[in-house]
Amino acid sequence: MTELHYAESHEWVRLEGEIATVGISVFAQEQLGDVVYVELPAVGATVTKGNNIAVVESVKAASEIYAPVSGTVVEVNAAIVDNPGLINEQPLSEGWFFKIKISALPEVETLLDEAAYTALVGGTH
Amino acid sequence: MDTLASARTPLHPLHDRLGAKFVAFAGYDMPVHYPSGVLAEHLHTRTSASLFDVSHMGQVRLRGPGAIPALERLVPGDIAGLLVGQMRYTQFTNEQGGILDDLMVTRGKDHLDLVVNAGTKRSDLEHLRDRLPGNIDIDYLEDRALLAVQGPAAMSVIARQLPVLANMAFMTAAEAKLYGIACSVTRSGYTGEDGYEISVRSASAIELAEALLTEPEIRPAGLGARDSLRLEAGLCLYGHDIDITTTPVEAGLLWSIGKRRRIDGGFPGADIIKRQIAEGSPRRRVGILPEGRAPAREHTEIREDGKTIGIVTSGGYGPSLGRPIAMGYVATGSAFAGAPLDLIVRETPRPARVVPLPFIPTRYFRV
Repeated sequence: MTELHYAESHEWVRLEGEIATVGISVFAQEQLGDVVYVELPAVGATVTKGNNIAVVESVKAASEIYAPVSGTVVEVNAAIVDNPGLINEQPLSEGWFFKIKISALPEVETLLDEAAYTALVGGTH
Repeated sequence: MDTLASARTPLHPLHDRLGAKFVAFAGYDMPVHYPSGVLAEHLHTRTSASLFDVSHMGQVRLRGPGAIPALERLVPGDIAGLLVGQMRYTQFTNEQGGILDDLMVTRGKDHLDLVVNAGTKRSDLEHLRDRLPGNIDIDYLEDRALLAVQGPAAMSVIARQLPVLANMAFMTAAEAKLYGIACSVTRSGYTGEDGYEISVRSASAIELAEALLTEPEIRPAGLGARDSLRLEAGLCLYGHDIDITTTPVEAGLLWSIGKRRRIDGGFPGADIIKRQIAEGSPRRRVGILPEGRAPAREHTEIREDGKTIGIVTSGGYGPSLGRPIAMGYVATGSAFAGAPLDLIVRETPRPARVVPLPFIPTRYFRV
């Protein structure tokens, strides 16, 4: 499986060329609990690293999802809108959120690798 | 992790063993859910039965001559009308008709038992000490835990221990031995389902909880499910849906004020509450059904035709309905079923409508 990069705000990024697929970490979905609603950005939207561009809601609370890289949204995952539980069940695969065509590839260097992210969340993964 | 010392209920070690995720609530470290999660715990309560730890609630016993009329001077509920073994929902009101707390009152043979909210129990005790005559003993039963068994299977579980408890009416109390442990049982709850609340000495709380959890119907449920269950049942959460700025009339709690009390008054804020009963109140608590799938949380602004007419006081997702639900206050002119509203979620108006409460039919046990 392609290596994952992480933002400190708990999004993961999988790179294929200049396309970044983005989802939320196992740790993040565990903290949220059962996800019941997702709001995704529009395809074609220009996004800036660090800005909130999506919303995920559990039974209890709403949380924002931040762009881990800058660029243009080229695809969103309609499956998680219809079945938000996918985010809990398969956070690193079927539960992906959106794909961004990266505008500034060096930004990727600022993301955490798996080991650094695991350390950040206290080794609970 | 704890930066502030949190209180723990007697069941805390059991929650820990069961893998609970904890949350700070009213100064207590409470289980918000167990590994099964809020959705599963909610749905299990509606289809079978769940065990909730509600030991953070305050249990207070009043004893002494004239305790009943003395308590009636603080609450609008008909306490004198209670028979021994009956319980009733009421509120502590202030001089403005606002709600200081909501509570359950059970009449015992020679005492009244109150169950008050965790976040307000200290101020409630001060209020009682200030306002009740000195010859009434106010006993904060700190050494007792409170367990709630809620759901359609609660009756058969409890009846296996003591068959007579199956026939207890909703809102009545009994002394009983369950699994050999002395308990005070009421048929009541906060989920919209049939169920029991069981007061037990703290020293026996884990033994009782473990015995209940060995029953095949029962699984543990946390505060997360308790909140979504009570919201579907249209029940108020103190500090959110009701507080010192809301009167029982605005909150739609008039049903809890007996006829004699409406006429005679004699409780704090009676003039204002009686006037609102006669003339209506400027705003009302209503059920709100968002038409889309976005939940509208507490503090969400409510508009009608672009004009702000109210605010959401509880809102989230109703697992049994599979859609978002909310409660809030709207101007009385819009407090009718079907009234169209806009909920301003993330700066976007989202259509919703007023609906009758509760969102799900309640299944309390009536004899």
